[in-house]
Formats: sequence, C-alpha cells, structure tokens
Amino acid sequence: MDLALSERHRALQASARDFIARFGPLSPPVGGGGGRRRPDRKALDWQALLIEHGFAARAVPRRYGGYGAEPDVLDAAIITEEFNRAGISLGIQGQGIRMLVPTLLEVGTEAQRERWIGPTIRGEVIWCQGYSEPEAGSDLAALRTAARLEDGQFVVNGQKIWTSSAHFADMMFLLCRTEPDRPKHLGISYLLLSMDSPGIEVRPLPTMTGHPTFNEVFFTDVRVPADQIVLGRGEGWRVANVTLKHERMLLGDAGKLMHRLHRLRVLLAETRVDGEPLLAKPVWRDRLMRLQGEVLAAKYHQMRLLGEAARGEESGLGLLVVKYYGSTLAWRLAALAVDALGEAGLVYEPHDDLAEDDAATAWYADWMYDLGLIIGGGSSNIQKNIIAERGLGMPREPKIQSGA
Amino acid sequence: MAFGLSEEQRLFDTSLRGVLAARVTQAARQAAAEAAGDGTFDAVLWTALTELGLPGLLLPEAAGGAGLGLADAALAAEALGYHAAPTPFLSSAVLAPLALRHLGDPAAQAEWLPALAAGRMRVAFALGALAGGTGSCTLRRDGERLSGEVAPLVEAGGATHALLALPRDGRGEGLALLALDAPGVALRPRPGLDRLRPLAALSLSDAPARLLPGDAAPVLDAGRVILAAETLGAAQAMLDQAVAYAGQRRQFGRAIASFQGVKHVCAEMAAWLEPCHAFLRHAAAAQDAARAGGVAEARMLACQVKAHLDEVGRDVARHATEVHGGMGFTELLGLPFWFKRIAGNRQLLGGPERCREEAAMVQGFAA
Repeated sequence: MDLALSERHRALQASARDFIARFGPLSPPVGGGGGRRRPDRKALDWQALLIEHGFAARAVPRRYGGYGAEPDVLDAAIITEEFNRAGISLGIQGQGIRMLVPTLLEVGTEAQRERWIGPTIRGEVIWCQGYSEPEAGSDLAALRTAARLEDGQFVVNGQKIWTSSAHFADMMFLLCRTEPDRPKHLGISYLLLSMDSPGIEVRPLPTMTGHPTFNEVFFTDVRVPADQIVLGRGEGWRVANVTLKHERMLLGDAGKLMHRLHRLRVLLAETRVDGEPLLAKPVWRDRLMRLQGEVLAAKYHQMRLLGEAARGEESGLGLLVVKYYGSTLAWRLAALAVDALGEAGLVYEPHDDLAEDDAATAWYADWMYDLGLIIGGGSSNIQKNIIAERGLGMPREPKIQSGA
Repeated sequence: MAFGLSEEQRLFDTSLRGVLAARVTQAARQAAAEAAGDGTFDAVLWTALTELGLPGLLLPEAAGGAGLGLADAALAAEALGYHAAPTPFLSSAVLAPLALRHLGDPAAQAEWLPALAAGRMRVAFALGALAGGTGSCTLRRDGERLSGEVAPLVEAGGATHALLALPRDGRGEGLALLALDAPGVALRPRPGLDRLRPLAALSLSDAPARLLPGDAAPVLDAGRVILAAETLGAAQAMLDQAVAYAGQRRQFGRAIASFQGVKHVCAEMAAWLEPCHAFLRHAAAAQDAARAGGVAEARMLACQVKAHLDEVGRDVARHATEVHGGMGFTELLGLPFWFKRIAGNRQLLGGPERCREEAAMVQGFAA
C-alpha cells in the first residue's frame, strides 16, 4: 500500500495516523455480530468526529453535511487500511449510509437529499430496506406489496420479510407495486417511509445467530406523502438497481475482509495449543496465507472498481462478481476463526442488542450471520445467474410453458 | 495506481495481441510442440516478438532496450499466456535481463545486455535451488567453472545460454550464467508436460560460467509475477473458450450454456479470475516501486499473487476443460495446451505452498 503514493496521499496517510493516535481511544469497539443495534452516544460522537476530519462521508458534498472531498479511490483505501490496521472503527456502516445515500446522490431530488442525507450520515436516522417478500425472494420483481395514490398520499398494504434492522430503524426504503396493470418490472415504485407511520407492525424473526437481526414487516393502510417517491411512478426497479449496485459492493466489501483477516491473524497468534501459537504451526499458517491471497485479490479489485466508478466507467463483470466473491470469502475467514477456537469456542452466549458478546460468540455469530449474507441481497445461486447472463452473455434458462 | 492501462500500454497490448492472434495458430502450437523434441523453437515467432521489442522490454535504452518496467512485462506475459505462445519470454526477457541488471558487473552487462535486447541470446533457466525445487542439481563450483548435473533446465528450446542457481552446499549460493556452446557443456532435450516450454537436462564438466553473486530474490519474485500473469492470461483464455463452446454446443434441444449447471461453473470461474487482474497489476507495479522502498511488501505480493493464481488457475483449467465435455479431453480443440501451461507454471519458481511460506516469512508470521 505504501507503494508509489503521491505527496497528497502520503499526507492523508499521515493525517489518518495522527488522527488514530490522538482520538483512537474514543473509538467504539469494532467487529462482531453484524448491524444489530442502534448506534449509541459513543458511536454517534465518533461518527461526528470522523466526518469532521474527513474519515467518514468523505465524498458526500458539504451542502448535505458531508466532508466534501473529491471522490478518490486511493483516499478511501488508505483510510480503510490505516483504520483496520489500528483496529479502529470506520464509523457507522448501515444500509442508509452505504446504500440509500449513494442512491439519493445518484437519483434523488434536491429536497430529498437535503432532508435525509445529513441525518443519515450522522447516524441519527437509521434505515432499513423493504425489498423481499414471502413470495418474492430471488424473483424480487414479483413483489406484491401495493400502494395506491389517494388524496396526495400513497397508501401501502402488504408484507415484507428478511428486513434487517427494522426493529430499530427510523425509515425504510420500500419497493412496492403502484402500477398493477403494467408489466411486472415496470409497475414498481421506490418510496421512503417513516417506520413510525400508523399501520406498520414489525415482528422479529428468530434466526440461527440468536441475535435479533431479521424481521417481518406488515403494512396496513400505511400513508406515505406522495413526494417521498424516488424518481417517478413505475421507475422503482431502476432505482432498486442503483441501490443493488451499492449493496453488491457493501456485501462484498473488501474493507471488511481486510479487517477480518487482521482479526484472524491476531487470533491465530494469540491462541496457543501444545505450548505454541497456532500461527507457528504450518498447517494453520498455510490456511491463513491462502485466505490472505484471496483477500488481496478482493482488495485491489475493489480499488479498481472504485477507480472505474470515479471515472464514470462501466465495470460490468467486475462489479457483478463482488457480492458472490466477498460474501463467500468472509464466511470462510470466519470459518478458520471458529476452527482456531476449537472446543472452547463452543460456549455460545449471544446477548441482546445492548451488550457486547465475548470473542468466541462474536466469531460464531459472524460465521452464521455471514451465511445469511450469502443468502440475502440476491443469493449465491442468483448471483451466479447474474454473473453468467449479464457478465458473460450466456443465455437465460428457457421459460417453462404453462398449461402443459 | 489506477489499475487501468495507460495509452501506451493499451497500444502495446493491442499490437502484441494482434501479432499473437495472427501467428500463434493451433498449427503453430502443434509444430512448436513437435519441434521441442529436438531442442529447437519457433524462431519465426520470436523474431516477430523481437520486432515488437519484447526481449528488451526491461533493458535500458542504452543497451537497445525499451527501459520499461515489470508492469509492462506482466502485460506482455498475460497476452502470451492467453495465446499459449511458445516463446522463451520468461527466461530471456525477464529472468536473465534482471539477473544481469541487479547482479551483473558492468563488463557482464556490456557483453550480454545488447545481445539479449536483440533477441540473439536466449537463456534457459534452472532456479530450483533458490525456490525449494525438487529437480536434481549436483553443481559444484571451482572458481569460475562449474561441474555437475542439473535438470530440468526450462525454456531450453533454441537456448544459447543458461541461467542457473547454485545450491547452497555447492560452495556459494547465487546465480551463474554460461554459454551453452562452451566446452564441457552437454544439453539433452527431455520430453515435457508443457511441450511449448521445452525442457532439457544439462551436464557440465569444468564449464566456464560467469557468477552473479548477491541477493537473487528480486529476480525470483519478478519471475513469479510473470508466471502469475501468464497463468491469468491462460486461464482467461480457457474461460472464454468454455463460454463460447457452451454457447454453440447443443444438447436436449438447446445450447448447454442455458443450463444452470454449466452457467454456474462459468460464473464461478469468472468470480475467481476477475479480481486477479487488479491484484496482478498491483503486484507487478510493486516490483517496479520496490527500489524506492517497500521491498517486503513487494516480496509478499509477488509470492501471494503467484500462489493465488496457481490455485485459481488449476481450478479454472479443470472446470473449463469439463465444460467442453469429451472435446476438452481430446487434443482436437487444442485445449490441453492451456491446461498444461497452467499446470507447469504452478511448479516453476516455487509452488503455491512454497510461495505462501515465503510470504509468511517476509511478514514475520513464520521463523
């Protein structure tokens, strides 16, 4: 990473190190368990400090509350690397910040950006994503949750499922059917709604991690002001694809992989068996080194993609592989950790949203939660269809003839 | 580091790939494979590549070279791998030039660099002693003379010289360069798995050699990056061929590319390969930047990119062959040329286990 850094990038690296040295002790703890709690005071203060110094919301324009730097791939990579190496939090990483904010920056109205980007990047407004339904999972465009326009408001009825963070979110970005007479992809709209609206019921879904992470959300005559639509009626699928592009990056994020590799290396160095650290044993070391190679590929690939995005180039296949590659690799990193923990790691004690888990529980929770991420956001099998069909130009499966 | 190609690199890549597409036909590969048995090589192709400046890519302009870096050489290697081109690029355009540049004295450089840049001097190599090789090496040094046996000697077809790593117990490690037409040198071609990278066994009896003392790690690492680039190109070619074949081959009344079982395998290959491109570019650029600092990082990246592409390459070679069905197993489509190139690259200059162990050492993870 130190290679061939320009003067300006060296200065950024130095300022990141300086920031970490001065403020590092104020960082909230990092890692473990996925986004399952509202940011507390400490996390909010930390986020404000990061934005003020340009280490979070760095490329979000100043008029929306960001730091206002020019987007720069290497800037982001340098910050991620320095913070990860120091084990310091990179700030709040939810679906609002990672998915909705870039979507609004790309296709939102000026009023929408002004109203929501600031509070979202500060961590004051938490978002959840209303996409999947019981009968619309991999075939997302088959969704049925409907909204009709009535007295200048959309009235929403239906059900969503697998909604992460809905139990503490303030807002939801929702895909719903507003044009029932149009073909399925063209009848969808993208609405922004308050989770405090009357008629919303959130029921947590118990999952294998034991943490509250997923929910079912029920809508009964939920009213949404008509100006809280992104782009126009029937353009929701287009907006969803903008968001999905960012979700694919989020779910395959190389920063997370690098950070996890770092934690894993520390774990192998600190876990002693038969009087020596696991890292000193060739079998364990080789497993770590093999994963390191895969993480390095993800790291430089992400820098390439960010560079292409900054130059306004289409990444095509390169972007399509990120979710599948990154989510399966994250799971395998956690899998080596749970192997290193051995039988002692079998004591599993997940806490509710407020308390921190012990290290072993956190690794197991990561390992299981990541399996959820392999499934969510377009499961691996769907990702492979997308990679093959859109990335490699292979033909779609022929449609089944009905009524046979 | 922008990960994209500069305008010059794009032009160079396009013209190189144009020459390769025109000249490295299936018939040319077949002919080169047959010629390997008697120790010759595809001289016409090498002349064409020399006209493009390939042998002198890494050499200074004063010696007739282009004064470029490993990033450019890696780009060329990727194209050569994509076309499974029978050339001694690794040894003659990378290992030998870098060995002389890093470790040669001015007299050795003056004698050999212009001949290398002109493509007249072609160098076979045997560097197993540097990288945990399993080949036989009984070389002994007596002053500037070498005796003993070494095998396999790699890229031996049409070679005029040999670059050898001396074993640690043979009175001094380091590299040695010798002319194959010198007295006391006997070269015996050996049949190889990858017939496009011909092998030989070398016997020396008091043969005169030039010693190149010093740390040969930069030479070894550059070679690893080049092998990784070649494997990336070759694996990409196999994936492209698999996707194209699946689009044409029909079974059950439709193209097999429309079956998820076939599509998903292709998608997996693409998912493994696609991130390798940026990794490789970065690792190659790191070699060029290493002299300005960051030596350990450059070493780690070279070892890891070789190991990673060894693994990805093996998987792609297997699955791309499988997508072709029985046709992949036959020589009718020529697919085994790429399969064997990838298989051979894995074993050269340290296999993946060796490379990962060296990467662990430079990071302080292993003693």
